[in-house]
Amino acid sequence: MTDWLNTLLQGVLLGGLYTLFATGLSLAFGVMRLVNIAHGDLIVLAAYVALVAVETLHLPVLAAAAVVILVMAAGGYVLQRGLLTHTVGRGILSPLLVTFGLSIILQNLMLEIFSADSRGLQAGALETASVSLGGDITVGALPLMIMGTAIAVIVLLQLLFTRTTLGRAFRATSDDGETAQLMGIDTKQVYALAMALAMAVVAVAGVYTAIRTSFDPLGGPNRLLFAFEAVIIGGLGSLWGTLAGGIILGVSQAIGFRLDPGWGTLSSHLAFLAVLVVRPNGLFPRTRDR
Amino acid sequence: MTSQTPPPLPVTVAPAPARAPAKYAVTLSTRTSRVGETLLLVTAIALCLMPWWGDRSLIRTSTEFLYILALAQMWNMLAGYAGLVSIGQQAFVGIGGYCLVVFGVQMGLNIFLVVPVAAVVAALVAVPSALVLFRLRGAYFAVGTWVVAEVFRLLTANASVVGGGSGTSITAAVQGIPVWWRDALTLWGAVILGVGAIAAGYFVLRSRYGLALQAVRDSEAASGSLGIRVRRMQWMLYIASAAGCGAIGAIIFISKLRISPSAAFSLDWTTTVFFIVVIGGIGTLEGPILGTILFFALRGLLSDFGSWYLILLGAVAVIVMIRMPDGLWGWVLRRFNLSLFPTRRRLDRTP
Repeated sequence: MTDWLNTLLQGVLLGGLYTLFATGLSLAFGVMRLVNIAHGDLIVLAAYVALVAVETLHLPVLAAAAVVILVMAAGGYVLQRGLLTHTVGRGILSPLLVTFGLSIILQNLMLEIFSADSRGLQAGALETASVSLGGDITVGALPLMIMGTAIAVIVLLQLLFTRTTLGRAFRATSDDGETAQLMGIDTKQVYALAMALAMAVVAVAGVYTAIRTSFDPLGGPNRLLFAFEAVIIGGLGSLWGTLAGGIILGVSQAIGFRLDPGWGTLSSHLAFLAVLVVRPNGLFPRTRDR
Repeated sequence: MTSQTPPPLPVTVAPAPARAPAKYAVTLSTRTSRVGETLLLVTAIALCLMPWWGDRSLIRTSTEFLYILALAQMWNMLAGYAGLVSIGQQAFVGIGGYCLVVFGVQMGLNIFLVVPVAAVVAALVAVPSALVLFRLRGAYFAVGTWVVAEVFRLLTANASVVGGGSGTSITAAVQGIPVWWRDALTLWGAVILGVGAIAAGYFVLRSRYGLALQAVRDSEAASGSLGIRVRRMQWMLYIASAAGCGAIGAIIFISKLRISPSAAFSLDWTTTVFFIVVIGGIGTLEGPILGTILFFALRGLLSDFGSWYLILLGAVAVIVMIRMPDGLWGWVLRRFNLSLFPTRRRLDRTP
């Protein structure tokens, strides 16, 4: 019984990581209607940047995380202004295929620079520390911290969207870009800032990926799929829904893995398909993709 | 496409006053289209006769060229005509390949008879997949197809009956077939699929269904309002494309003779055809042909550079998508108005 409770708890906490994967994707979709196929590869890229910051520049993990966030946010801004802006308003084919091309470029660049070896980031005591919840139930400090971060990121984003001028510009541009432009909003700038913000979240996800799991240059697609599934399960446009989606994926993976080690990822995918059959618009849909 | 005029043909336009009545007709064929048709036929015959005049390496390269071309046409049919971008066509390539293991190796069916069986199986599997996937639109459909492909890969990797994660050999199913016949039959299968995909696309696109399809591609909303049953058209194309990919998958792994889940359900199948179709010209029948030729030429030249070759291809695809979204053949079409397999209807003045 406690075994299963432990499994369940681990699954829930794993959901925190998936939520972080998904939030950046959800943000980019929410503001720009962009589904970024290179999203997973950008998470892996952030993990490698963290690795370089720690191992080559010898920064402490927390400082390295700050560096990764800055680098990725700046990269996101440049990516949007330099490349993705050319795909805005040109139907679905153009952004989809451009980001797919970008994904292949990123994977192979990382393969060329960092080799195909699996890597991980050493974070000292944090990796093994655990918190006892009474009885035989213990949870890792790191997974708990990841879940806490995921919730904090969502709260901050909600505040940003509802309470700030920039958030209002995001929502206006998302609702109707042309009208927003007429009201004096520089939509290109708004898109670039949204991408920078999305990449900052990707950076957080990347740092945690580096510490919690081993990663390699070709691990992006899998992370994109998890991110995508969490967004769809939760319902488009709902950040709390994304958290629920992430947890559902995490729990089904943990249960599947417990039944048979080969079924972990498979169970998550099946859970996603099941939700899609039962509730095509996700659990808590806010916007609809039309 | 420029013309929205539906059949029947020809159309007579009201005469202009004070001039002799001018007559117009909607035409499809051009002089170059007859050249194109002849070229396709001659190439097909030459390819079919290759086992008598070509050496083994040429036959194998041609086989590979043809199945990649067929795969590209299948993807182009979805992305270029139905407006359905799939990142998961490897699902059906893999299912086709694994049909060889189940029907060929385990049930003892002649391995070349498995090819049509693979098409049927892939189409049958595509029906429930479509049921789930068609709840998603646009980019979400694209990523959804990828999830489905992953599910099939993981299911296969967990099925020890077909060799599990490490895969299995298909050699047992080709024992007793002389090498000459094996190569020849594989090549003919690839010719049927490669040339057949072009020919089928050509005839379908010139029919009224083709007109409807191109309208769907240009605007789902507008074509729906004109009475085209958009989802049904897309559904039929999705199933047809799955069947094609299934048969192609069978041919691919007959020529490879070894199969594993990671090879059969590899994203590389979709990546490759993505490069080919985007660079060659999406939404044209000639584009994928040009793209496949370019792909094989570049691969021959740059294969020593490993990942850099894929980085270069990716960069070219991105630049093409931004600078000339209709690809190289789109440029040819605009610059020279040259179309080997025209599917557009033109309003010509008749003498």
